[in-house]
Amino acid sequence: MADTLEIKEREDVVVRFSGDSGDGMQLAGNIFSTVSATVGNSISTFPDYPADIRAPQGSLTGVSGFQVHIGAGQVFTPGDKCDVLVAMNAAALKTQYKYAKAGAAIIIDTDSFGKSDLEKAAFKTEDYLGEMGIDPDRVIACPISTMVKDCLADSGMDVKSILKCRNMFALGLVCWLFDRDLNIAFNYLKEKFAKKAGVAEANIKVIQAGYDYGHNTHSSVANVYRIESKTKVKGRYMDITGNKATAYGLIAAAEKAGLKLYLGSYPITPATDVLHELSKHKSLGVTTVQCEDEIAGCASAVGASFAGALAVTSTSGPGICLKSEAMNLAVIMELPLVVLDVQRGGPATGLPTKSEQTDLLQCLFGRNGESPMPVMAATSPTDCFDAAYDACKIALEHMTPVVLLTDAYIANGSGAFKLPNLAEYPAINPPYVPEEMKGTWTPYMRNAEGSRYWAVPGREGFQHILGGLEKDNKTGAISTDPENHDLMTRLRQEKIDKIQVPDVEVLGDKDNADLLIVGFGGTYGHLRAAMDEMRAAGKKVALAHFKYINPLPKNTAEVMKKYKKVVVAEQNMGQFASFLRMKVDNFVPYQFNQVKGQPFVVAELVEAFEEILKK
Amino acid sequence: MSNYTAADFKKGQPRWCPGCGDHFFLASLHKAMAEIGVAPHDTAVISGIGCSSRLPHYMATYGMNTIHGRAAAIATGAKVANPKLSVWQVSGDGDGLAIGGNHFIHANRRNIDLKMILLNNRIYGLTKGQYSPTSPRGFVSKSSPYGTVEDPFRPAELCFGARGHFFARAVATDAPGTVDVLKEAYNHKGAAVCEILQNCVIFNNGTHDSVYTPTERKKNAIYVKHGQPLIFGENNEFGLVQEGFGLKIVKIGENGITEKDILVHDAHCQDNTLQLKLALMGDGDGFPIALGVIRDVEAPTYNDAVEAQIAEVKAAKKYHNFAELLETNDIWEVK
Repeated sequence: MADTLEIKEREDVVVRFSGDSGDGMQLAGNIFSTVSATVGNSISTFPDYPADIRAPQGSLTGVSGFQVHIGAGQVFTPGDKCDVLVAMNAAALKTQYKYAKAGAAIIIDTDSFGKSDLEKAAFKTEDYLGEMGIDPDRVIACPISTMVKDCLADSGMDVKSILKCRNMFALGLVCWLFDRDLNIAFNYLKEKFAKKAGVAEANIKVIQAGYDYGHNTHSSVANVYRIESKTKVKGRYMDITGNKATAYGLIAAAEKAGLKLYLGSYPITPATDVLHELSKHKSLGVTTVQCEDEIAGCASAVGASFAGALAVTSTSGPGICLKSEAMNLAVIMELPLVVLDVQRGGPATGLPTKSEQTDLLQCLFGRNGESPMPVMAATSPTDCFDAAYDACKIALEHMTPVVLLTDAYIANGSGAFKLPNLAEYPAINPPYVPEEMKGTWTPYMRNAEGSRYWAVPGREGFQHILGGLEKDNKTGAISTDPENHDLMTRLRQEKIDKIQVPDVEVLGDKDNADLLIVGFGGTYGHLRAAMDEMRAAGKKVALAHFKYINPLPKNTAEVMKKYKKVVVAEQNMGQFASFLRMKVDNFVPYQFNQVKGQPFVVAELVEAFEEILKK
Repeated sequence: MSNYTAADFKKGQPRWCPGCGDHFFLASLHKAMAEIGVAPHDTAVISGIGCSSRLPHYMATYGMNTIHGRAAAIATGAKVANPKLSVWQVSGDGDGLAIGGNHFIHANRRNIDLKMILLNNRIYGLTKGQYSPTSPRGFVSKSSPYGTVEDPFRPAELCFGARGHFFARAVATDAPGTVDVLKEAYNHKGAAVCEILQNCVIFNNGTHDSVYTPTERKKNAIYVKHGQPLIFGENNEFGLVQEGFGLKIVKIGENGITEKDILVHDAHCQDNTLQLKLALMGDGDGFPIALGVIRDVEAPTYNDAVEAQIAEVKAAKKYHNFAELLETNDIWEVK
């Protein structure tokens, strides 16, 4: 984690619009450039016309492309390869896919992928994605022609004219993906078609429809954020998003522990990609059940855990609300369970596609009774792998549910991932009940770490009943005895407190910092960048970034008290700060809180931290 | 032959009220499990919350007495994760059909191999007497002092509506009938709902009086058996025939009716129309209450399909461990 990370915040996005020469790709690309330039991006564009101007419609030689490179900083080229490829027909996909980066999002008009379209584009089968080796998860497949026809059904326009607006639908969708202000596009069109009000109106309507489609389907593109390590270590790398890294971490942990991986889940933005990814890997024995609701997702995982699997449930904040009851059951039954919360904007449905860190206190405390639960937070897309692996290890070895927090930003963001060697990862050894305890074992006997033993059904002589009612510490029978309940409450807490987590590392001027920046989870890259910038300007600044939140690292209080000024910066109203204040006596930090649904902006952080230094 | 006796499945001293229907059912469950012969350590009994959900504590099997309403969902995870387990899910009418209604219908729709026991006493007992989703309209209870103003669920309708493939009914006090139904449920591969009519002596005493004793059952119930004519009555003098869109009671020997005219029960019929009619009889309509296996239709189970798909994909794909999975990605090297 001590890596210096480089965040490319939508700094460098390449979009390639492609379709038939008559599809208006250049207009769509130009409007997108204009919209982006108006908000201060620099742009570079590259029109790529076919050699054969009058090539037949839908043919390979008739494809035209228009590439737009937009950047927050200076952009000098139209970009080598694109992050988003818009392919308005089969021929465009066939010829233009080579310009797409690995992992790029592909937008296609499924209405232009009929049998004859595919033939014209020299596809051999109807599985055009499979033929090109494109992962369907990366494809935003949308019946654009149909939707444009519906959208303009009452316009009085003829079908040919209506279909000329398909480019605007694609543009609207791209504007959704990159949060562009549609009004700029609308004004552009009103000016361009000043004398044809009807055309302007139709185009505007279709842009809005494309934008709304993106909104309604929670369309998003991975790779919009790149979080790269500046220190390149030798080795083999792949590109990975946070959600995929999480899925890989779970798979790796299951393999290491020799257990079946079970995921009980319910689709929810922005966590669904984990369900998608795991569902693909049945050849590794991964079992995924898409349940009837969030409740069943978690409840079935508890059942799977009882039955002996590495059980996981994945969701986002609204799902945590519903899963809390079954999470609590896993607390009292002391069964291993990993609960993944890919945080999004809240409360309630909130901002489904946006990023926040607002579920921390919910995960720490949002359950009835005394319900201690380990909570950890991944710090970058690639760290999601290690964090997921660790969450599984803690859950399995300490017989407890564990919450793993990520967020929409690191879940959809990506980075270069050095291929892990599973042999180098620590062993995972769940406390299976030893055979020699047969006859004397009861369900709440504990090992030295305070963990209950795991007796998996199927083992003869270890039949037992667990449940949501308090149990007698000795016999495992239902008990309402006051002393026993007090004891069990303490034992459950002690077990969590005893979990060993690494000390929090202090980066930067750890001996003489005038300001300690404190953060947790997905904000690491930005806080690190802010610290680096301030230190480069001669300021004495340090950073303590937390991955393990419950239990907190042993050196937490020592670190918090060491510096004259401490600022806790988080994407909520101060949840981690209040948790730290609860755990560290007489600790009153400065706070930097932002709840915009967007990642921090380094310049804003620096400005705020410099203000604190002046105080 | 089974290697087990009922005693091998028994544990502890039940804490239900004396006379509670759950006592009778528990004894039948022990007996049925002994006759089925699956080892106690290969059996899991999973319940929710409520009086009847205490049941796992009296089983010498693996088990969980979980949280309110979630038993079917929890049992689903246990069965999928560990398909060798014989998984029995026990709920009351509140647990299974009110707070757990969603899981009940989806377990049936998915056809996961769970034995779903629904102990129906038409009342919330543990919370001391509120109406349940199976209490009849107008039912007076602590939470409905002027009578309920809503209609009840009929469990069979829910099961059938969710495309359930097995539905049986027994009366808790009828040990042979209950044991028979439980064994049939076990033999059915897939979700198998057994509605057990069970009396709450404290808060809803007498709710199933019309079928609670052998004498009453002779008068008011019909035992249905696949392949057998639907005959009932104290002297087996009545039968069911189809008429128009419904069923009709006829007297054998009257109007030229012979046993040959009586409808023969077909529990295996895919079309559930007549099975549903049988299941809904006895609701003050002059028809007898049907007991026994009403519907028992073979269908692929969810857990088998999950396993088969994994096996199929394993055979088709070239990567089978984490290291091989990594290699399926676009990889570059930093030298």
